[in-house]
Amino acid sequence: MTENSERRVVSVIVVNEASVLSRITDLFSGRGYNITSLTVAPIPESKYSRLTIVTSGSVRVIEQITKQLHKLVPVLKVYEHADLVEKEMALIKFPITESISDITALCQAYNGNIVNVGENIFIAMIADDPKRVDNFLKMIKRYNPKEIVRSGAVALER
Amino acid sequence: MQISGAQMVIEALIAEGVDTVFGYPGGAIMNVYDEIYKQDNFKHILTRHEQAAVHAAEGYSKASGKVGVAMITSGPGFTNAVTGLADAYMDSIPLVVISGQVPMSLIGTDAFQEIDAVGISRSCTKHNYLVTNASDLPRVLKEAFHIAASGRPGPVHVDIPKDVTAEIAEFDYSIELGLETYKPNVKGNPRQIKKAIAAIAKAKRPLFYIGGGVINANAGYEVRELIKKTGIPAVETFMARGVLSHDDKLLVGMLGMHGSYASNMAMSETDLVIGLGARFDDRVTGKLSEFAKNASVIHVDIDPASISKLVNADYPIVGDVKNVVKEMLELSTSINSNKYEPWRETVANFAELHPLVYHEDTDRIKPQWVVERVGELLGDDANISTDVGQHQMWTAQFYPFSRPRQFISSGGLGTMGFGFPAAMGVKAASPDKISINFTGDGSILMNCQELMTAVEQKLPVINIILNNNYLGMVRQWQTLFYDKRHSETDLSVQPDFVLLAEAFGGVGYRVTTKEEFDAALKDAIEKNIVAFIDVVVERLENVMPMVPSGGSLFNMMLLERKEK
Repeated sequence: MTENSERRVVSVIVVNEASVLSRITDLFSGRGYNITSLTVAPIPESKYSRLTIVTSGSVRVIEQITKQLHKLVPVLKVYEHADLVEKEMALIKFPITESISDITALCQAYNGNIVNVGENIFIAMIADDPKRVDNFLKMIKRYNPKEIVRSGAVALER
Repeated sequence: MQISGAQMVIEALIAEGVDTVFGYPGGAIMNVYDEIYKQDNFKHILTRHEQAAVHAAEGYSKASGKVGVAMITSGPGFTNAVTGLADAYMDSIPLVVISGQVPMSLIGTDAFQEIDAVGISRSCTKHNYLVTNASDLPRVLKEAFHIAASGRPGPVHVDIPKDVTAEIAEFDYSIELGLETYKPNVKGNPRQIKKAIAAIAKAKRPLFYIGGGVINANAGYEVRELIKKTGIPAVETFMARGVLSHDDKLLVGMLGMHGSYASNMAMSETDLVIGLGARFDDRVTGKLSEFAKNASVIHVDIDPASISKLVNADYPIVGDVKNVVKEMLELSTSINSNKYEPWRETVANFAELHPLVYHEDTDRIKPQWVVERVGELLGDDANISTDVGQHQMWTAQFYPFSRPRQFISSGGLGTMGFGFPAAMGVKAASPDKISINFTGDGSILMNCQELMTAVEQKLPVINIILNNNYLGMVRQWQTLFYDKRHSETDLSVQPDFVLLAEAFGGVGYRVTTKEEFDAALKDAIEKNIVAFIDVVVERLENVMPMVPSGGSLFNMMLLERKEK
């Protein structure tokens, strides 16, 4: 099989109940689907949670993923996004000796800022498209980041 | 009313109309068993192994069309039952399996007989629950029965900690189902159905491809009607044996790995596959890229995930087969059955060219003969179960099935040891029919402890062991594809099956001639007690025809012609 594998973002609305997350992840592992990232949070003022799953696969695989997800009893809706706004977040820890003003300027170009300054380190935060987050992380290498934490994606249909 | 969790389980089973429960008690489920002791609304059948309890519930469900119920304890009780859950999941059998769990306070402490049961069953059940409050039990049990039986049926597992079965709470089973996220589509899109009918009317060589979903949906008689009205030939999957009667002129036969030449050729030559409740299993399609290569595909299935999973459907119809076929019947007046006469002739020629046969032997009994003979003697009077292996395929090929739910076997999972306990469940559901289990000398040992259950509960299953002293199907593959290296498949050292049956209080026969076979079967039926009929058959017989795994349906290995 030489079907093209594509990156896709799938949103799943599920009932907030025990073990619902493992039902989703077990489905992926049991059927050999790939999870690039997974973000979960309750939907405000409801009994539902929203999962944003970044995955990859051929058209046939993605179709199976959405159909199999929908078969799970606690799943209300499954969206396979075509046109969407997608954001990821990153937190980066720098030594205090690096140039705060340079990094602040960079962060602002990527929807971010300095969020914490301590005695020995300061922490920057950005939130942007996954590809732009990649770029930013490449760019800040020269400022000797000590630690980088990156979130999964969240997405909304336009 | 305020009752204990254990009492709630009993009340729910009664409210669901359950008349038979299969199970095995243990520490964590004792409160529920104490309530079983106090009631006489349903019968409890004590199997001698939890795996058998679930298989028996499967057999009961397959024969009756009702939800099968099994009850087991925590830890090893539960893990023993997992094979049954997986089997039911693969074959879409509606079950509710209730297990005991260690008390809430001990969960997660590696307590005695503790296992993460819902974690294990998640991948082999349609849905599962760990009940943490007795007040949740009425809702959970009601949902469990609903989910098991609706949509694409399947097993539902309910795990109940011991303290929850002791907890007192309000029980009201008249509550509404609150399953807002679970709404199977049963109707079938009318526009798609119209399009499908138009495609059938246009096709030159259409072919019905009947799957086990037709039996699950109780749509057998509607499907018979549709096939009769349209005059279109039909092939059955292994799971669908009996949907059409063996003497139906439009039944081409079983297709797939051990399907008939005519069925597999018809599938290769058709220009329109009409798939009803079939899931294009790899044992059916062979090499996917060569499967029904020149055909468009109509696919009717209750499970949207089954449609276009392996073979692209040009006319996908999500819905209950019974509803969809009823609608098709109404629209079928636009189909002219005379038009398919040349196609019917082509199919008939395929059947004549290579009929489903075996070579008779004067010295030894051929296993196929045994199946045919039981068919001649009992026909519709028997329900037929099987274990897994060569005997299973010979049964599917050679038994003259005449109705849905007559044939009960483990399809998707291929579970050795399924047959005997399933046949007990079949007998419990359908006591008026003779319950026959075709098995092999390999399979029968996997659940032979159920002799005790069958004796105690007076479930006179007749186990016909097609004994070739081999793990036959694996031996066949070794012969054909591993240069006859029969690695660990020689079962020459076997117990005396006659003595084994008798040790448990059943009856046993050793059969080496055809006359002895007839006499043994007759005697077993008359004695009306669990029986082993150990039939010594030709050792090296192969199941033919055969499509080698991953091969194309039209490239079958056929029976070699006998030299004169």
